[in-house]
Amino acid sequence: MPHVMTQPALPVGHYAYDSVDRTFLKQRVAQFKDQVERRLSGALTEEEFKPLRLMNGLYLQLHAYMLRVAIPYGVLDAAQMRTLAHIARTYDRDYGHFTTRQNIQFNWIRLEDTPEILTVLAEADMHAIQTSGNCIRNVTADQFAGAAADEVLDPRVYAEILRQWSTLHPEFTFLPRKFKIAISGSKQDRVAARFHDIGLIAREGENGRPVFEVFVGGGLGRTPAIGTRLRDDLPEEDLIAYLEAILRVYNAHGRRDNIYKARIKILVQALGAEEFFNQVNAEFSAMDRARYRLPEATVEAIRARFGTPDFAPAGDAAEKLNAQRKADQVFDAWVATNTHAHKQPGYCSVTVSCKPTGGIPGDVTSAQMDLLADLAERYSFGELRITHLQNVVLGHVRQDALYEVWQALAQNGLGTANIGFMTDIIACPGLDYCALANARSIPIAQKLSARFGSADLQRKIGPLRLNISGCINACGHHHAGHIGILGVDKRGEEAFQITLGGSSGGEDASIGQILGSAMSEDETVDAIARIIDTYLSRRTAGERFIETCRRLGTAPFKDAAYAPA
Amino acid sequence: MPLLENGQIIQDTWQIAVEDTPLPAGDVLVPLARLSEGLGRNEEARLGVVLNSADEIEALREALPRLDLVVLSFPVFRDGRPFTQARALREHLHFKGEIRAGGHILPDQYEFLLRCGVTTVSLPEGVDLSVWQHAHEAFTVAYQPSILNEQPEGFAFRRRLA
Repeated sequence: MPHVMTQPALPVGHYAYDSVDRTFLKQRVAQFKDQVERRLSGALTEEEFKPLRLMNGLYLQLHAYMLRVAIPYGVLDAAQMRTLAHIARTYDRDYGHFTTRQNIQFNWIRLEDTPEILTVLAEADMHAIQTSGNCIRNVTADQFAGAAADEVLDPRVYAEILRQWSTLHPEFTFLPRKFKIAISGSKQDRVAARFHDIGLIAREGENGRPVFEVFVGGGLGRTPAIGTRLRDDLPEEDLIAYLEAILRVYNAHGRRDNIYKARIKILVQALGAEEFFNQVNAEFSAMDRARYRLPEATVEAIRARFGTPDFAPAGDAAEKLNAQRKADQVFDAWVATNTHAHKQPGYCSVTVSCKPTGGIPGDVTSAQMDLLADLAERYSFGELRITHLQNVVLGHVRQDALYEVWQALAQNGLGTANIGFMTDIIACPGLDYCALANARSIPIAQKLSARFGSADLQRKIGPLRLNISGCINACGHHHAGHIGILGVDKRGEEAFQITLGGSSGGEDASIGQILGSAMSEDETVDAIARIIDTYLSRRTAGERFIETCRRLGTAPFKDAAYAPA
Repeated sequence: MPLLENGQIIQDTWQIAVEDTPLPAGDVLVPLARLSEGLGRNEEARLGVVLNSADEIEALREALPRLDLVVLSFPVFRDGRPFTQARALREHLHFKGEIRAGGHILPDQYEFLLRCGVTTVSLPEGVDLSVWQHAHEAFTVAYQPSILNEQPEGFAFRRRLA
């Protein structure tokens, strides 16, 4: 192998723990063991235990406990991926499920194994802290952070600062409802910043330090909303203070009488954006700013705990890749869809599709996890990223190594060339696992994936985001899909509503519109096929699906969807 | 009710105002609605106020120099508003007196309360004090500044807990 890399002292792409951080994790595991014992002894009621276990990532689903493990800003190293593979093999049914918050879920966990699993995770500097509960959740970031050619600055240092700041925050651990933060450092919003409780977009400020655009009150769920821009140029040193101010207003005034109206978006809507902004500013002006200031030295101290890739000269990598693409059409198609431009000449980022044709979106076996760890070590400085679209990224692969990477992936069911295409489906676990769901998300995702699985057909259709949620809580982000599917309960039967025209990205973020009444699973698959046919016959040259939707409106698609068979 | 302060059980000497009854002599706790009545008392005894989690801290701004105790009540442990109330009392209104947490509180929340500025906790009769002590000692590090101004632990916002 020509590209074996020596591992640097610090992990590339994520913060390196020190002894203090490791002590903290051990104490957290001990605390959870104690909580489990107090529950078993009856000292804690189930009502009291529930939020405590949720804040350690432990849900009770339909058939078993589910453990959601945190992958901060979606980045992990090869050793950590092998730990996840070990957990899947030892404590679950040999697979895990990557989530839209860049985490991983294990669906078949026994409560009594949980303290041991948390111990195993802690040994790999991992945890499940605040992956659930009414607290600040895993901070998500651009999956191409530190790599993308279009990046202005690397958001992961700030995501780590926010992770640490929000960990067991004394004031914000019993919020009205969950709280999600995303951060991007690129003009291309790949984090859906406007669909988060707080979305941050970083850019260079005039003094050479970053400034942040701050969006608040976006979200999906029952009441989809696009975030309001509160600040255009928040200075780096005020980042923590300003977020404290937003959280304080929310903690004090967010609704607690109805969980469906408890997210910050409802407070922003109730007060109006201007009044909410005024209240945040009043808090921000009154607070002890020196205490909450984020000094440059602190940012740099955190940055110094991140390893950086030691890139090799580009050489003739691009020429080699071009020759290989010319020689192999299938490889060429995969490179076209599954790679992303890198800032370093001779490199690119690879998105590994976890959406094989007819497969379950985001599910990966322990053997596949081990393979991904091996590939990361050999070709990408030991670093892996989970994307909010439920795929895996190898961030820094030399262009002349792509062919080997692709062959290894393809031999193990991970070589599907569909990133950004119709079968790159987001789907929640649905009624197969989840106690909240009205319908199963997985079987309809599999049927659609099989129906549109042809490489030629997908390429012909072009970029299309298809998102599926099994209930109105919208974990599958159906509102933000170009085509969204929402599972509902129709007189005791599983049924599906179609939405059209949603988009998660940047300035043109939009919420999909419901086409009409719900249909059965098979009717829905057929209706979507007719929607696609309508698009193909009505589009202008080079027009993407979402653009045709916006130009024509929903009417022709509705007619097609509900046309008699 | 026993009171927990600095890991010790102490005697609660305060009386709670009884509805529709004149305020008693001595140290007394009044609800926000009877604050002016309490302030109008013509005696040396101390005055405290009991807040609900929905009450605005700002309502105490003028009276605060004459108050010795503010009680923050948790209707249920999941209602996190008293954490913000305590922190606002210390940080915005610079209250130096006792802040007491009462109502439905878990030992697992004790350290959060202290770091937001609470000094005493009302506990149910017969409580196992060791669980609270244990909760206080569970962590030796925190990841953000607090009103207690703990010593930095290494770098960033990490703080060393006693």
